[in-house]
This record gives sequence, structure tokens and C-alpha cells, in this order.
Amino acid sequence: MHLPPFETLIDAHATELHRFLVGCVGPTEAEDCLQETFMSALRAYPRLRHRHNLRAWLYTIARRKATDAVRRVARRPTRDLDGVEPVAPPHPEPADDGVWLGVRALPPKQRDAVVHRFVLDLAYGEIGARMGTSEEAARQNVSAGLRRLRREVTP
Amino acid sequence: MTDDLERRLAGELRPAAALDAAGLRSTIARRAAAEGLLDVAYGTYDSPLGPLTVIVTRLGLVRLSYSGEGIAAQLEEVAERVSPRILEAPERTDTVRRQLDEYFRGERRAFEVRIDWRLVRGFAGEVLRATARIPFGTVSSYREVAAEAGSPNAYRAAGNALGSNPVPIVVPCHRVLHAGGGLGGYTGGLERKRFLLRLEGALGQAG
Repeated sequence: MHLPPFETLIDAHATELHRFLVGCVGPTEAEDCLQETFMSALRAYPRLRHRHNLRAWLYTIARRKATDAVRRVARRPTRDLDGVEPVAPPHPEPADDGVWLGVRALPPKQRDAVVHRFVLDLAYGEIGARMGTSEEAARQNVSAGLRRLRREVTP
Repeated sequence: MTDDLERRLAGELRPAAALDAAGLRSTIARRAAAEGLLDVAYGTYDSPLGPLTVIVTRLGLVRLSYSGEGIAAQLEEVAERVSPRILEAPERTDTVRRQLDEYFRGERRAFEVRIDWRLVRGFAGEVLRATARIPFGTVSSYREVAAEAGSPNAYRAAGNALGSNPVPIVVPCHRVLHAGGGLGGYTGGLERKRFLLRLEGALGQAG
């Protein structure tokens, strides 16, 4: 058993992971999350004991980074303590489609499943494989996410 | 059942800044180097003999190859034998590339780079270390190199070791010829061997 050169992981998975992260956290945070995903992966890489399903491993890390980012953004103050408007971020989020804001606000498992289904266009079996759950659990996560979105997102 | 919500979700995700894959690779390489996570770095060098791949580790130059031999396979081998933390980071190979520049311009007679011998095992290592001592502008034979390595009769094994030299040019296996004066073989092809000997002014001896 040996591991492939780390760079091949970036070449093979960065584009799709990026789309996944854009779906989970939006384009601005996605770039940071993607970098952090690969840095965490690189730190742990030599200790990995298998080379099968490196993709699932990367998605596990990416999901964690996305969840951290959502928490971080939620904690970010909208106003400074003295009431002055904070400085706008260098790349303000463009006007967003409310559906995706709703997706980002879902519980992580539902959010990840919905993004896998609708951004990456994967079948439930594949979603389950990537999230480390059964096909049935993947289907349930997607439909629970959709139910919640229907309740919360204004048409 | 597909409803309005699902149609909206299935529609193209609103145009996000496309991923700058090259930028990501170099950012990761830079951060990895800063954190001490870059075990193996590589870059390419355009030589008069065609592009060369330069692969370095913390210990030194581990592989120099004619890129036509297939970079992916070479990186796989280094991943297995040294470390899988491999990223493209050309600036890490600058010392080697600068010395190659000087060598090909005829301004350098000896390389001053540390070599990481981890791709070499046993007798081959002895043969290659003996080869590294052959001075610029001179040639040796498979038999002499085998003797230098401690086994005068093992000239066939010496030939094999030279054929799998992981750092050609820097460890000058091109300076080893048949005792009778024939060129012998070369990993990069005999044209390249001839070119290097001519560059070093040793082709007269090679016939």
C-alpha cells in the first residue's frame, strides 16, 4: 500500500470540492474552506492507512470546514460595538438567490446532502457513499432538507 | 415529483467565481513550505536536451529526469519511497536549476548539490557514488566503476545501476563507456550521451 502524490488529490478533486463548498457556504467562504480542507488533509496525509476512497476522506474534511465556516459567519457581528457599520468585506456577496441562503442555514447533514444532490447532481447511493451513510439515509437527509426549505424559504 | 423548489435547486448554482486551480496549487505549496509540510517539491527545467523534471527533498536532489519518461510515474515512485507529501514548487528547485544553467553554458564543471540517495539501494549506491567521482572532461568504463565500487567482476550489475541512475547529469553516468571505446547505453538515449560528452570535451576519447 502506498499513497499517491498529494498533488494528484488537488488535481482530481479541487474543482468538485469547490462547487460543493460554494453550495454549502457561498463563494467567498468557499475559497478559504477549500484551502483549509487541503491543508488539513496534507497535515494528516502520511498517517492515512489506506488509499481507497480518498475522495470520501476529503469530503469529510470539507464538510467539517463548511460547518465551522457557517458557525464563524453566524458569530460575526453585524455592527461594531460602538454602532459603526463594519467595513465591507473586500468581495461582498453578490445578490443571492434566497434558496441557497436557506440551504446554508440547514443542519449540516441535510445541507451536505442537498448540495450533493442538486449541485453535484449525484444519485442517492453515491451521496451515501461520500457522506459515509446508507443510500436510504442520504435520501432521508435530502427530503428532510427539502421539507425544511419549503417551510422556510419564501417562494 | 419535481416542484418549483427542486427546479430552483437544480438550476445552475449562481455563477460563482470559477476555481483558480493553478492559484490553489501554488497557495497550498507556499503554505505547506511555511508549515514544514512540504516533504518533496518539484519543478521543470528547460535544458538543451529537452525538459527535465527536478525533484528535491529536505535532504537534497532525489530525482532528475528527462520528462519524457513520465512525470506521474516518477512522482509515484518518490511518493512510495520517500513521502507522499509532494507538491509542485519550482522555487525549491532553483539551486539545482541554476547550476544546470551554468553547466549547460559551459561555466560549471562540478555540481554542488546534496543528493538524497533514498531511491538507490545496495551495490547500485556504491556504483553511483563511484561514478560521481569521475571528473568532468574524462571518461571511465563499466569495469573500472565496478572495481571502484568494490566488485571488479560485477560490471554487468554496474551497467544496470547506471541505467537506473535517478540523478543523471549530476551523477555523470554519461561518463561511463565500454572499455573498448563504444558509447555503451544511456537512459536518455545515446544522442544525449553524445551531447553531454561533447559539451564536456570528452567525445574524442569516446570515439
